Amino acid sequence: MSQTSNLVEQYLTEWMRKEDPVEATEIETSYHHYVWRKWAFMIGCIVVAVIVIGLSLTIGTYKIGFLETYEIIWDHITGNIQDAAKDEVIFELRMPRIMAGILAGAGLAVAGACMQSTLKNPLADPFTTGVSSGATLGATIAIILGISIGGAGIVANAFIFALIPTAMMVAISRMKSASPTMMIMAGIAIMYLFGAITTMLKMWSDPDDLKSLYMWEVGSLGLADWDGVLIMLPVVIAGILIIQLLSRQLNVMATGDENAKALGVDASKMRSILLVVVALVAATIVSFTGMIGFVGLVCPHVVRIVIGADNRYLIPASAVFGIALLLAADLVGRTIIAPTIIQVGVITSFLGGPMFLWLLLRNKSKVWG
Amino acid sequence: MNSIKIKDLAFSYNEGRPVIQDINLMIDRPGLYCILGPNGVGKSTLIKCINKINRPTKGSVILNGTDIEKMTNKEISKLIGYVPVSGNDMFSMPVIDAILIGRYTQQKWKTTPEDLAIVMRTMKLLGISSLALHGYNELSAGQHQKVAIARGIVQETPILLLDEPTANLDVRYQVYIAELLKGLTEKTGMTVIMISHDLNITAKYADQIIMMTSPGTIYQVGTPEEVITKETIQKVYGVDCELVKDSSGKPHVILDSALWIDE
Repeated sequence: MSQTSNLVEQYLTEWMRKEDPVEATEIETSYHHYVWRKWAFMIGCIVVAVIVIGLSLTIGTYKIGFLETYEIIWDHITGNIQDAAKDEVIFELRMPRIMAGILAGAGLAVAGACMQSTLKNPLADPFTTGVSSGATLGATIAIILGISIGGAGIVANAFIFALIPTAMMVAISRMKSASPTMMIMAGIAIMYLFGAITTMLKMWSDPDDLKSLYMWEVGSLGLADWDGVLIMLPVVIAGILIIQLLSRQLNVMATGDENAKALGVDASKMRSILLVVVALVAATIVSFTGMIGFVGLVCPHVVRIVIGADNRYLIPASAVFGIALLLAADLVGRTIIAPTIIQVGVITSFLGGPMFLWLLLRNKSKVWG
Repeated sequence: MNSIKIKDLAFSYNEGRPVIQDINLMIDRPGLYCILGPNGVGKSTLIKCINKINRPTKGSVILNGTDIEKMTNKEISKLIGYVPVSGNDMFSMPVIDAILIGRYTQQKWKTTPEDLAIVMRTMKLLGISSLALHGYNELSAGQHQKVAIARGIVQETPILLLDEPTANLDVRYQVYIAELLKGLTEKTGMTVIMISHDLNITAKYADQIIMMTSPGTIYQVGTPEEVITKETIQKVYGVDCELVKDSSGKPHVILDSALWIDE
């Protein structure tokens, strides 16, 4: 018997003995540290978000103290309202904005993480896959032509039109040979087509309509009221829960469609389901907040750099990081040159862009490919 | 005892020319089965029909007495592990997580100590323990291949299909992996079916060789001594060669010159 055969014999015997190898303890310890880091990151984001929520509720023309804000919230929850005026300022004026920020931050970041994992493309997000162009066309038709579905104005139009590119992508995905790359290219083609129609409509619009459209296009958390928040809430929560429940399947899909199938996961079917869920979440959010870019594209990448690409953790971590980033950006936008408000999308890009570049350059391991 | 019975199997993409046809094969004993044949004769297509990645256009695959058409992919995945041709198209995750994906069919949402234990033992078995926490995308093609094999082994299935598992490995690991797969069949009673282009490693370690030829048919099935002959290699591969016996009495091919190339 050759030396190598003895080697195989030795290693196979150890493998079958089902005893942990000597180095296992060290690896296991490091692995548990690595898992703990994921939880620590999420807890850190939640802490930041809670502080930012407090600050956001505090800051405004009506002065309310930081800790007082939490007291008012607690009193409201327990039904023991002490100061009706402050309660109204917090709950009717400031809270819808914060809730919109929480839902949009979590929803868009999770939608981006899911799209990137589903389509195996680092540039995929709800916007590059056509949701934004659809929503913009819908809003343009409502504002410039005055035509809206069911007479419900910009929100209904933006929502319905945002779903059209996804419906087309899902139809394409049902074709036998459709790869994730083909689907994302189809999304980009639809994006350009819708963009062209939007541009044509803008050419015939009057300046007032253009101004309204611009306000919608730059996106703002201030566009949402309680009615909007109560519609967004179940859709975003249900969407995130569905994506979280399918996070193990998303991990399997990362190894390729054929390997996924060999492990019992129908990648094509899963892709269709997830695209529809993501489109519903993103369309609902942008219908009420307008276009808030960047969060869906970059938040998942930042999270991946810190905690890795395991979707079981990536999805919830993206959600809490998205909340913290979007609320922080909104707070900065509201305060930096107050009383003038800089739209949140501008701030997220200003804050997040350099932070993302720094992480990319600092991190030795590759984020993609 | 696991058995795979393939009856009159044919497969074609988009109703075009069959990639494989008239495939009849019976595998009912544990062992290392190697599929050989030139490029494009449907070796990968055949193993993908065995685990229902491809749906045959004709014929059937009977797995342990049940037609796989009546089984879900999930049911099949508990019986058949699969190691595809290695790729590196994943978002970066540590090697240990990339291998843990192979535990999908056994694992619940949480990674258990048992999952971690088999992954760590298998990493040691493949000599990749030191890479456990390295990013998957930082690895070389050969290391990707070892990760893919580890992912296949941790599935703990009685049957394992491997598509060119040694293609990117250095000679030491080509030999080691072939011996390891052979050892797994002997010690655990597994059935391992692998595609290879290495005639000598196949001749040395395979229990049975399935030689495929154009146009997607089986040329011969038999022991290495029966299949690895000068005539077969000339006819199937179009290569002139000399045959000698190695120290264990297995045929050893010394390649000479190509006799033709495809039109």
